Amino acid sequence: MIVLTKDTMQILREQDVVPFRNRVRELTVKIGMSLVNQTKLITAASELVRNMLRYANGGKVILEIISKSAQSGVRLTFVDEGPGISDLKQAMQDGFSTGKSLGLGLPGAKRLVNEFDIKSAPGEGTTVMIIHWKHGR
Amino acid sequence: MERIPILKLGPFLLVTIQIDLYDRLALNLENDLITMVSKTSAKGVLIDISAVNIVDSFMGRILGNIASMSRIMDAETVVVGMQPAVAITLVELGLTLQGVHTALNVEKGMELLQKMIDLQYGSLDEDEEEEPDDRTD
Repeated sequence: MIVLTKDTMQILREQDVVPFRNRVRELTVKIGMSLVNQTKLITAASELVRNMLRYANGGKVILEIISKSAQSGVRLTFVDEGPGISDLKQAMQDGFSTGKSLGLGLPGAKRLVNEFDIKSAPGEGTTVMIIHWKHGR
Repeated sequence: MERIPILKLGPFLLVTIQIDLYDRLALNLENDLITMVSKTSAKGVLIDISAVNIVDSFMGRILGNIASMSRIMDAETVVVGMQPAVAITLVELGLTLQGVHTALNVEKGMELLQKMIDLQYGSLDEDEEEEPDDRTD
């Protein structure tokens, strides 16, 4: 896998969310992703960035354009230093929430993108990585 | 603070969302709309989201909340103009907007609202006209 471009955005306040979503859209447009795929990726990113703000008081996102076997894609990595998640299996279930949300954030985001990886432990923060390929479904 | 304007059109309230929503703005809209329904005794709320590129679980929940709250206040809600990419994404995310009426565009949405109100009040008017006749008979 080759990283073509890379930058980082700090997400510390709710007002950072709209510019962040716009930045993600710019990257998807740059690689010529279809509108449906753009929308799926940005919606997933929106869910994850909200989690970061709500549960960890913010964090940073690494935005990359990557390439693998002649296919390009966008990879987003959400890194926070919040309390972490003690039961990942439970957190990935539809309808589970420790907040007051619908509990669709994590499992919904996973369904919307081609690749999804989450690492978290209590006291060690949470890192979520998602990839959507240009020609992903 | 930024606010989304709410227009009064006869017995209806019309909201056209022209910008990308962040959470605070969506919450304000929910609040403002319900206050307006109460103030104006509106019978219907029409929300045009044709310019909205992203509806995530939070925004979806707000739309559902507006519909439920309005219903309690005796008003129906119709959401119109959803972009196809947004619809595809919402369903994959796991959000079906239960209890929210939808229509393709503002015109069809208005027709739908009118029909729902005619059903509620049109039949009532007929009853009132007929009842005196029944009594005299």
